Amino acid sequence: MENKLLDVTNLTVEFGGLTALSGLDFQLREGELLGLIGPNGSGKTTCFNAITGIYKPSKGSVVLLTKDITGLNSQKIYKSGITRTFQRLRLAVGLSVFDNLVIGDTVDLNTSVLFNLLKRKALRKQVDYQLNKVKNILKIFNPDLVNAIYEPISKLTMIDRRRVEVCRALISRPRVLLLDEPSAGMTSEETREFMDDLLEIKKKTPSLGIILIEHEMSVIQRVTDRCVVLNYGKKIAEGTYKAISCSRDVRVAYLGED
Amino acid sequence: MMHSNLKISTILTAVLTMGAMAVFFISFLLAETEISLLITVALGIGFFIFAKNQSYFENMIIFSNQRPVFFHGLIIIIISLILSICKHEHFALFMIASVTLYATACFGLTLQLGYAGLTNFAGAAFLGIGGYTVAILANNNVPIILSVLFGGITASLIGSLLILPILRTRGHYAALVTIAFSLLFKTFLELNEFLGGPQGIKIPPMNLFGWSFSEPVLGGSFYISYVILSLIVMGVVLGITRLVEKSWLGLHFDSVRIDEVASSCFGINIAFWKITAFTIGNFFIGISGGIYANMLGHIAPTNFTFGDSLILISIVILGGIGNPIGVLPAAFLILVLPEKLQFIQEYRLLLFSILVILVLIYRPDGLLNRPLRKFYKEWGPPFIGK
Ligand SMILES: Nc1ncnc2c1ncn2[C@@H]1O[C@H](COP(=O)(O)OP(=O)(O)O)[C@@H](O)[C@H]1O
Ligand SMILES: [Mg+2]
Repeated sequence: MENKLLDVTNLTVEFGGLTALSGLDFQLREGELLGLIGPNGSGKTTCFNAITGIYKPSKGSVVLLTKDITGLNSQKIYKSGITRTFQRLRLAVGLSVFDNLVIGDTVDLNTSVLFNLLKRKALRKQVDYQLNKVKNILKIFNPDLVNAIYEPISKLTMIDRRRVEVCRALISRPRVLLLDEPSAGMTSEETREFMDDLLEIKKKTPSLGIILIEHEMSVIQRVTDRCVVLNYGKKIAEGTYKAISCSRDVRVAYLGED
Repeated sequence: MMHSNLKISTILTAVLTMGAMAVFFISFLLAETEISLLITVALGIGFFIFAKNQSYFENMIIFSNQRPVFFHGLIIIIISLILSICKHEHFALFMIASVTLYATACFGLTLQLGYAGLTNFAGAAFLGIGGYTVAILANNNVPIILSVLFGGITASLIGSLLILPILRTRGHYAALVTIAFSLLFKTFLELNEFLGGPQGIKIPPMNLFGWSFSEPVLGGSFYISYVILSLIVMGVVLGITRLVEKSWLGLHFDSVRIDEVASSCFGINIAFWKITAFTIGNFFIGISGGIYANMLGHIAPTNFTFGDSLILISIVILGGIGNPIGVLPAAFLILVLPEKLQFIQEYRLLLFSILVILVLIYRPDGLLNRPLRKFYKEWGPPFIGK
């Protein structure tokens, strides 16, 4: 397969006796938006956690381009170019929007103690550079957010918090972006707006691969190139929305049909 | 610069507030009877509420931001006035120096608890490490500057060794380890003959480049030297603490404190930042302990008990966790009040525990809110995030 970005093979995660993810295989190509769907508890979040080093997989491998990143810790996964959002928002609520976005860009910061204490002019340059970067990325999702840079996250609406979380994941220019139910808590109108922004990001960064966990089938139909369907930790179907929506297994498991 | 829009009334009320704080400070410190103390406190609380309603404190912040030279000059003048008024009062001067040094140590705890989220219940033990290091070195004729710095370094090193093994664990294991360390430290001192056992150890008076700390200053108490030195050290440490906060370092500490999982998903090395905060913080505590020991002239295990560690932590919690400025009034209240009111002296640990619990229930962020980070002076609109 050409332009293969992420190659997940036989990925298995066990919690004691419970196998949350079992022998999952899939691939993500450059520029692709892959939907990861399945009923609650089917292992979608677990899959993200295993890829990003929060859980250690008990079997299987994850390869990014040519690099085997299986079992690396979260920091190294981030540095190799995979970022994510969380199903339950994990922003630093007491900090400003700016602070939160910069946390997404730690690869780009000079964190030497002496630099930070003594080279204040150079630090200020870095801060201003980040300020620009933060503004530019927020503009894509909501120009109003640019004015909220100095506000604490606690003052933002739910949808703006979701947007900030996506911007935090995008600001370091990752190769792979993992979105865990970004539309949770949004109205369908807000979801539509959000997905438009996501498609714009996709167009602007043609090499970025995105995996999207999403419940709403109409959204999946509109934005994804391909889908992987999970049930009880196993892949039960894979293909375009059209293909998977015809699959009988999917209808039974996911759409609750008999 | 931004001088143009500073109103005269802002300056006047700011200066008035600073003056009132100085008057309160000195009346509190010199109050002889419990009645006069209570009146001082009542007037102080009254003025505090009034000033808060009239946004005098905000005016003070505006003033300090826009005329930093004037503001800091005024602080130095006020301090000189206070010192000249108290210049014969050994006890008042001793209290000022103690409050200053405890506050300096609390900046270390602020870095640890307020920024990186590490609870250190062994503050007094690290003060003691600084103190005993200075005692040993000063008795062996090592210059005082070096021995105080060494006190800081020793505290840092022992602290790092202490938490290194538990860095990878989540939760409150670090706090438990510091409690154990604090308790063992005192026992260790009591059993150690080389360190003087329970009787403790004497320290020769300080001599800094020919400035002898045992001589009277300008016809007043010799404690004035210690007050001046402590204030200088506190100023430097406060400055560093604020620079840390207004930099990428502070941002990393905050991120580690708030969410370890999210932090590591964005490349932040949790263990590294925890140990950095612990090391810098303990260095501050160690040097404060070194100077404190020197001022006491004689230290013993009872100077560095677990109870003293709790006092240090209560100062930080009361002052506003992560707000170094709040540490100053908190240190003053917590250290001076028991000296003034006998009934507090007896039950002080109990009272502080109740106070801290009340604060944690009703104001979990401490009495003074920590403002949002400002990377530099003109950063963002004024008064972001209250
Ligand atoms: N840390 C954990 N410990 C034990 N079980 C877990 C853990 N995380 C997830 N699980 C279990 O794994 C299964 C898959 O969960 P998850 O991946 O969150 O599902 P989804 O995101 O598809 O709703 C569930 O049965 C869940 O209870
Ligand atoms: Mg999930």
